[in-house]
Amino acid sequence: MSKIHVSTTINGDAAEFLCDPRETLLDVLRDRLGLTGAKEGCGTGDCGACSVTLDGRLVCSCLVLGAEAEGREIATVEGIAPGETLHPLQRKFIEHAALQCGICTPGILVAAKALLEKNPDPTETEVRYWLAGNLCRCTGYDKIIRAVMDAAAEMREVA
Amino acid sequence: MALDEYKPQKGGDQLEQGHAFKYVGTRPDRPDGTDKVTGRARFGADITAPGMLHGAILRSPHAHARIVNIDTSKAEALDGVKAVVTRADFSAAIQPAPGMAGEMWNVLENVMAGDTALYDGHAIAAVAATSALTARDALKLIKVTYEVLPHVTDVDAAMAADAPVIRDGTADKSVPPGLHPNVVRYHQSGHGDVEAGFAEADLVIEDSFTTEATHQGYIEPHACLGTLGGDGKGELWCCTQGHWNVQKICAALLDMETSQLRVTASEIGGGFGGKTTVFIEPVALALSRKANRPVKLVMSRSEVFRATGPTASTSMDIKIGMRKDGTITAAQGVFRAQGGAFPGAPMEFTAMCAFAPYNLANVHQVGYDVMTNRPKQAAYRAPGSPMAAFAVESVIDELCNQLGLDPLEVRLKNASREGTRASYGPKFQRIGLVETIEAAMAHPHYSAPLAPGQGRGISCGFWFNHGGETSVTLALSEDGSAQIMVGTPDIGGSRASMALMAAEVLGIPYENIRVTVADTASLGYNEVSHGSRVTYASGLATIKAAEAAVRELCKRAAAKWGIEEEAVYWEDGYAKPSGPNAGDFEPLHISKITRSMGATGGPINGHFEATPEGAGVSFATHIVDAEVDPETGSTKVVRYTVVQDAGKAIHPTYVEGQFQGGAAQGIGWALNEEYIYGTDGRLQNAGFLDYRIPVASDLPMIDTVIVEVPNPGHPYGVRGVGETSICPPLAAIANAVSAAAGVRMRNLPMSPPRIFEALEAKNG
Repeated sequence: MSKIHVSTTINGDAAEFLCDPRETLLDVLRDRLGLTGAKEGCGTGDCGACSVTLDGRLVCSCLVLGAEAEGREIATVEGIAPGETLHPLQRKFIEHAALQCGICTPGILVAAKALLEKNPDPTETEVRYWLAGNLCRCTGYDKIIRAVMDAAAEMREVA
Repeated sequence: MALDEYKPQKGGDQLEQGHAFKYVGTRPDRPDGTDKVTGRARFGADITAPGMLHGAILRSPHAHARIVNIDTSKAEALDGVKAVVTRADFSAAIQPAPGMAGEMWNVLENVMAGDTALYDGHAIAAVAATSALTARDALKLIKVTYEVLPHVTDVDAAMAADAPVIRDGTADKSVPPGLHPNVVRYHQSGHGDVEAGFAEADLVIEDSFTTEATHQGYIEPHACLGTLGGDGKGELWCCTQGHWNVQKICAALLDMETSQLRVTASEIGGGFGGKTTVFIEPVALALSRKANRPVKLVMSRSEVFRATGPTASTSMDIKIGMRKDGTITAAQGVFRAQGGAFPGAPMEFTAMCAFAPYNLANVHQVGYDVMTNRPKQAAYRAPGSPMAAFAVESVIDELCNQLGLDPLEVRLKNASREGTRASYGPKFQRIGLVETIEAAMAHPHYSAPLAPGQGRGISCGFWFNHGGETSVTLALSEDGSAQIMVGTPDIGGSRASMALMAAEVLGIPYENIRVTVADTASLGYNEVSHGSRVTYASGLATIKAAEAAVRELCKRAAAKWGIEEEAVYWEDGYAKPSGPNAGDFEPLHISKITRSMGATGGPINGHFEATPEGAGVSFATHIVDAEVDPETGSTKVVRYTVVQDAGKAIHPTYVEGQFQGGAAQGIGWALNEEYIYGTDGRLQNAGFLDYRIPVASDLPMIDTVIVEVPNPGHPYGVRGVGETSICPPLAAIANAVSAAAGVRMRNLPMSPPRIFEALEAKNG
């Protein structure tokens, strides 16, 4: 099957790739562009480990075709940290031990960042429902929720 | 007990009486934190190799079928296909044997079917091709001729006289005569006279319970990259809880010398026991050997559900007698567990853990290991114990209800203590059950009012914990920093706890220590990260390795000062003369010694290898409030408190994390998770949409209380904490739901339809 040429923007940088029409955006990110931060936990949009944003909208990259990236702006976990410092969410995740194995962490960080951009002052319930599409099997979510709330508070102070 | 009261009871530790910890018990950032929040950490599927091929595995659509023929010719002819393997490409030397004596054959049989497909999802053949899509296309071209056989997937049905026989001759000598051939192992233990005990009781309750198989549910599917050449040398990268075990098994399955296969453990995206064995790793190596190129294999989520280890499902009968004052006079349990089409369901652990929290004069337990046409069970966090606690603690709860007794008072009255003869045989050493019950009674949760429609449940739980073969090496650098090589994959922050323990011994900052999970070629043998053993055993070995380095540092200082080695001691990163008689010397900082170590005797390293056997058993007590919606039968956990004995919490935040994670998995097991098989014997819910693990909006915050009753078998008192946290939740939630619903729930999961049905039955 002949491949499709795609031009896109990833974490602010122009990127080009060739992909099979059946390849997902997640396949392309991981296997063609070397961005393995997004993880495949299910391939069916149930676990959120592959979360990225597409033109600012939170999506499961396993449910988007690689070809659909044409002309769009994609943001992944690799683009969250500004330069050498960590984003407040990343810092708070480490401080609160909001990860044990860390496989769900990239997706949760992408999702949480998208939440705080829409809603800088979410309630615990709002955080829980927003992150309900991101499975974590290790933590019981307690420390994740605390880390997101704490990061939100810090970001509000700075803003 | 206050932390500083702990006195090490074994070994010549430098931590003497009244020692206050400087690093242990603090909460620094984990060393691998930045890697894991930036996407930089490399997990199983995150690696590639030059010339790499992609593998895919063909799986049986039948629960039980004879494999008449496998025609791979069309697949092999497809452009881009470089190798196809079947069972013929694995060792023919490994032969079946009864019970667990045949475990290597069982593993091989599970990795790739022989003449029979034993469950839906059983591997039949595998392909390596130039792309993952081509490999998947090639699977469709493999033609398998099956002769479908009768199947059985339920534990009780598999023991019935008319059940199809899965593999005759699998039963070992423990099985009494007259049982169905699917019963492959048998266990019994206990002491006293249970009949006499029941006669002394004021109330005896006998009841039956079932639990369904649940999956460990790690978010990272199994993934590996294998290279095996014609020279018999191999390399394997994989996500695993124990790469030496992977090395040993893969070498056996492929007729290799163990040392010729180097295995590197990737970061691991959850395991919970499910990544203690092999599934795809030998297949990747076999494909690589045939194709003479590296092969990457990654499971899909559906493959993870269908073909990797869920836990056992169980059917249990419990009988307990109690006096009016709450004293348990006798207890008896029968535990039937199916672990798929192979021996190994952890029924002996179920039986042994069942009554372990209680000091019983009369106790007897029996276990049956039963085969069914399901995937081979794998360990899942305290294998076997949560189910036992569910059944036993439900009956104790009912006894308390009927006798009008406080459930925690009754647990306290009967609690096992130091010196109690355990229900499974030995006498307990120092244990912390009583302390967890007392802490639970004192917790505000226990006396908080309940809203209408809510119920409160409590439960105790027990797990053995484990030591296991362990090797650790510590090397000092010229600047006085330290690197530690451990062999236990970091499944939840153990690099941090190792660095804390080494910092404590060396007296150097936590940040000056780098902990690496070494590959199998770089360190001696290490057992799997299981049995809650890492902080205990690798921690003990880290302390001992650091102490060996400290001894050498003191020796170098003594030589420099020209005094006896015994006249030098180590404190806060300095060698110091031990007193006025030793001489008057300026303390020597570690970096002063290491900078010149090449000229004073050579590199300074410490190492330790042993099989530590002092892993202290641990107990937990959980309190849970649940609310049941009578209209829909759905349950909401509204408050949850975990109280558990950690012995000594090295990094308390990660200890809390283990407590919370165990509770959350228990909530899933209790309320929603189950393997659902159709009458065709096929798994009906092989995905996270239909196999529903708890999501953030399902759960409340999970409160934790860390009790510290030191384990005499560890220099700092550590007990493992990873597994015990999943022992009480099933029972505690069942007791809470039963109280809220006003009807005893005997079958897990307590999913909305089950609760709704129970409510309908109660209301007539």
